[in-house]
Amino acid sequence: MIVRNEVVRVGISDMNIVKAGKTIRTSGLGSCVGIVLYDEIKKVAGMVHIMLPDSSLDRSKKVNVAKYADTGIYGLMELLKAEGARPMSLKAKIAGGAQMFQFGSSDTLRIGPRNVEAVKEELKRLSIPLIAEQTGGSKGRTIEFDPVTAILSIRSVNAGTTEI
Amino acid sequence: MSSDFSITDLHLDVLKEIGNIGAAHAATSLSQLLNRKIEMYVPNVELVTFDEMFELAGGPEEHTACIFLRIQGDVSGSMFFMLSIEGANHFIRLLTGDDSFDFQNPPVSEFGVSSMQELGNILSGSYLSALSDFTGLKIHPTVPSLSVDMVGAVISFGLIEISQYSDEVIVIDTEIKEADQTESKAIKGNFFLLPDPTSYMTIFQSLGVL
Repeated sequence: MIVRNEVVRVGISDMNIVKAGKTIRTSGLGSCVGIVLYDEIKKVAGMVHIMLPDSSLDRSKKVNVAKYADTGIYGLMELLKAEGARPMSLKAKIAGGAQMFQFGSSDTLRIGPRNVEAVKEELKRLSIPLIAEQTGGSKGRTIEFDPVTAILSIRSVNAGTTEI
Repeated sequence: MSSDFSITDLHLDVLKEIGNIGAAHAATSLSQLLNRKIEMYVPNVELVTFDEMFELAGGPEEHTACIFLRIQGDVSGSMFFMLSIEGANHFIRLLTGDDSFDFQNPPVSEFGVSSMQELGNILSGSYLSALSDFTGLKIHPTVPSLSVDMVGAVISFGLIEISQYSDEVIVIDTEIKEADQTESKAIKGNFFLLPDPTSYMTIFQSLGVL
């Protein structure tokens, strides 16, 4: 991974943005999905680490928008717009949505693939092209994005680092 | 709807007692299984964010051997038994006599993996049956499943149900460890019991501290 840059960390159910000179990273994605939206010309990017497909599942008093695919991607887009990114030039790269355990109720078990489907649907709805993805499987992932190169590095246990 | 009451120190003390009793029974089972002395530490009970939960378990990127099961019945929740990779290797070598077993060097033998799963079965079973006796609540664990991966990736799966209600979770954390061994060689593991927020009331009611 790139060491020269300062790294902005994104927690679980969390989002943040980054400009040239810094990278943005989230650690230990399992069934969760990490979504990067970026504007290549303005060299600004954002990342959101979502846990669940749809905010209609929420039973809490105040919805954390970064927890859900639908509200998270929309919220991230708004955040990027406020930082000067142009909505029409936003592109997306995504990773995660694995199945970590081989049991569970069928709903929970399929949470990884369901998250990925929901992410793709929301990107389509917002007309943001999905440039690259590494989703599914049964491995955890740590991802890091550099807004200058627009490369997403993905590290997995026993599988090293790949770039998309 | 579920966690509309505030959690007091008394509540946390009661949960500590749950951790105490559960882990004591699990430690006894492990001691019998290995014919070694096992000690346990005072449980740590906290209300934490999900990110803080990962930190408690060593950080989101730390590699772990984790046995996970869901609890159903009168109360629901998630339970994890987590060992370091070295600790899990050491345990499996001890139990199977296969000194070449190494999770860092896959593919690993099915026999080793199933003995690890059996460990999870025995330990979580004794933890939860003690909890059931203590509270009088019916508790049905699912079959435990093993994953060897990053802390964040495995724990977040157990937070799926909880996350629909809250961004915070009560964690009952108890560590058990092989006695009379140096820190690096000892078998050491942590139980993390995370009741679903919908079950807080039921647990406190059963123990008369509502």
